[in-house]
Amino acid sequence: MGIFRRNKQATGQAKGSQKGSSRRDFLKTAATVGAGTAVGAPAIASALEFDFETFMQKNFRELSDEELKGVIERLERKYSEKYGKDVSVSAIGPMDGVLYGYGLDISRCIGCRKCVYACVDENNQSRDPEIHWIRVLEFERSEALRTINLEEGNPYYEHEKVPAEGKFYVPIACQHCEDSPCSTVCPTGATWQEPDGIVVIDYDWCIGCRYCMAACPYGARHFNWGEPNLPAEEVNPDMHILGNKPRARGVVEKCSFCIQRVRKGRLPACHEACPVGARKFGNLLDPNSEIRYLLEHKRTFVLKAELETNPKFFYFWGTEGRS
Amino acid sequence: MHDLHLFTHFIKGSLLAVASGSRGYYIWLLALVILIALGANAYGNQLTHGLITSHMRDQVSWGFYIGNFAFLVGVAAAAVVLVVPAYVYNWGPIRDVVLIGELASVAAIIMCMLFVTVDLGRPEFVWHLIPIIGTPNFPHSLLTWDILVLNVYFLINWFIATYILFMTFSNRKYNPRLVLPLIFLSIPFAIGIHTVTAFLFTGLKSRAFWHTALLAPRFIAGAFCSGPALIFLIFRVLRKVHRMEITETALFKIGELLAYAMAINLFFVASEVFTEFYGQTSHSVHAHFQWFGLHGLSSISIYTWVALCCNVLALIIFMVPKFRLNLNILTLGCVFSFCGIYIEKGMGLLLPGFTPDALGEIYEYTPSLNEVTVGVGIWAVGALLFTLMARVAIAITAGDLRIRRA
Repeated sequence: MGIFRRNKQATGQAKGSQKGSSRRDFLKTAATVGAGTAVGAPAIASALEFDFETFMQKNFRELSDEELKGVIERLERKYSEKYGKDVSVSAIGPMDGVLYGYGLDISRCIGCRKCVYACVDENNQSRDPEIHWIRVLEFERSEALRTINLEEGNPYYEHEKVPAEGKFYVPIACQHCEDSPCSTVCPTGATWQEPDGIVVIDYDWCIGCRYCMAACPYGARHFNWGEPNLPAEEVNPDMHILGNKPRARGVVEKCSFCIQRVRKGRLPACHEACPVGARKFGNLLDPNSEIRYLLEHKRTFVLKAELETNPKFFYFWGTEGRS
Repeated sequence: MHDLHLFTHFIKGSLLAVASGSRGYYIWLLALVILIALGANAYGNQLTHGLITSHMRDQVSWGFYIGNFAFLVGVAAAAVVLVVPAYVYNWGPIRDVVLIGELASVAAIIMCMLFVTVDLGRPEFVWHLIPIIGTPNFPHSLLTWDILVLNVYFLINWFIATYILFMTFSNRKYNPRLVLPLIFLSIPFAIGIHTVTAFLFTGLKSRAFWHTALLAPRFIAGAFCSGPALIFLIFRVLRKVHRMEITETALFKIGELLAYAMAINLFFVASEVFTEFYGQTSHSVHAHFQWFGLHGLSSISIYTWVALCCNVLALIIFMVPKFRLNLNILTLGCVFSFCGIYIEKGMGLLLPGFTPDALGEIYEYTPSLNEVTVGVGIWAVGALLFTLMARVAIAITAGDLRIRRA
């Protein structure tokens, strides 16, 4: 670990597994209390004060429990006021014995992009400029070769009806690499891998240098080039501080496996939206999980395996014969 | 006490020297200030609307700014080429010109830092990089290394230049026991800033175009072509506008050095071209885009060929004694060398690395007018800083600006 950096293991555990359950309970109460007071709270804190507090906010991994509580209360107040709804921001930590994995059945995917838009609705992306965390590539079916050459993929396909004749589809988002190049290169330590495998970004700590975007082999990271535009009526008020809380202009964002949902035992929004059941999600450490079944019984593969980033996003052809 | 008193005089004298000059000097300063104002206005526009004012997008997430940064690190590094023979071997003719080289590198580093800063999405949070109050990801992130070596190199050069000028100002000889170790230290740092900047790119295994062991040597070779060429051009201007004593021997020495540097640089280019095209792999797609374009999209390949032509012409001029020993033709060679490397080490290096992007998409990037204006403003800041510093340096070394009671 870095000379200037606090030990990652120690902070990771403080945020995560060891104090996990007590922390979660505490935060739940904090969140509800915070949201409650926020509604009636007059705009005591001036805009200037808000900005100053945001400006001085520490790296998420260096916040004490007390400080984190303060940050969450401030964010809930801020967003509730801004969007005119009861926003709750959670910082719920990882669960013990959980390592998330994602599976995608290419033979089922029809390229409808329902996952793309479910993701946008769930994760408070900017609508204009448009940011999508999932990119669906369309490929020509070839009898000769069953390989994926990404350069031949087309993300801009438009058809009356999908799947188009002779095509197949590969949705790509953050692969949550075990050896993630993005977090290695980040100069401020604003992105890292949580104990449950989710690669997260501290959106308040990112300075927008975009080194991570140059490092990411999967084009999974997206930058807020302009002022994000998120209509109040479309805001998802159920937020996580490392997940779908609204981002500022000038920061990088990406898929978090819907951290605000999965850490409460729910499925990612894209999984829920998929009309054909092409998406599989679960705990890699649970031998009885569906994802483990897939890994053991299907010939799964990862994108750009030669880079040894060890993604936790697995692709497979589940029903080989399907057209 | 005495030194402090002298230093006050030194500062006062410097300010006076900076403030006075010919009409041409004032016009030059005014022109630079106007360009800086335009650049500042464009940056203000970027701060108001975000980096959407640039043409960078998710596919090509670094562009004109980082290209200029990579190039200018080379210019800054090359100052040491002149420093070594001057101080270490006490080689006379080049001695007077070294100070100018050092000042040029100080200005170049400041430009580097400005280019990185304007590239940031949230520059106000740059304190997150500072040890103790922030959380720099050291030693994992090469960017933190780069910030470290650039700052140290800046301090070394700035200190040496100021110290030598101050000693000359007070009619004393500099203490070699202080200067020499610093100069020796500046050599590995000069190589270091450029190596680390190259590693910034080489370290990205996801970008096949940069993931080559030749990138750092190519950076160094390019730096030795562009830096001395720029310094040569500055000298030619200074000889015109000031009665500055710069011997032709020193200028021709730079020409000789450029011949070696450009030959090596072109050899590296050839070596890379051979590797990419003889045994093509799917990774050669970037080199293909660089040299010939892809699917009819070939805006970048024009730059590549222009850069190659510039560099080959420069090499011919540097190699043939008849051309090299003609000051005007040599000047032309330096212009070619500077421009060739500017294209090759700037956008020529950056864009093929990003195109096609990680998912195979081709986004043809050309900088926006706003981006270019910001960049011009930064170049003007560098030129202004250099002009002011050089003005003081020349006044002092020429003996016009010295402490009276000697």
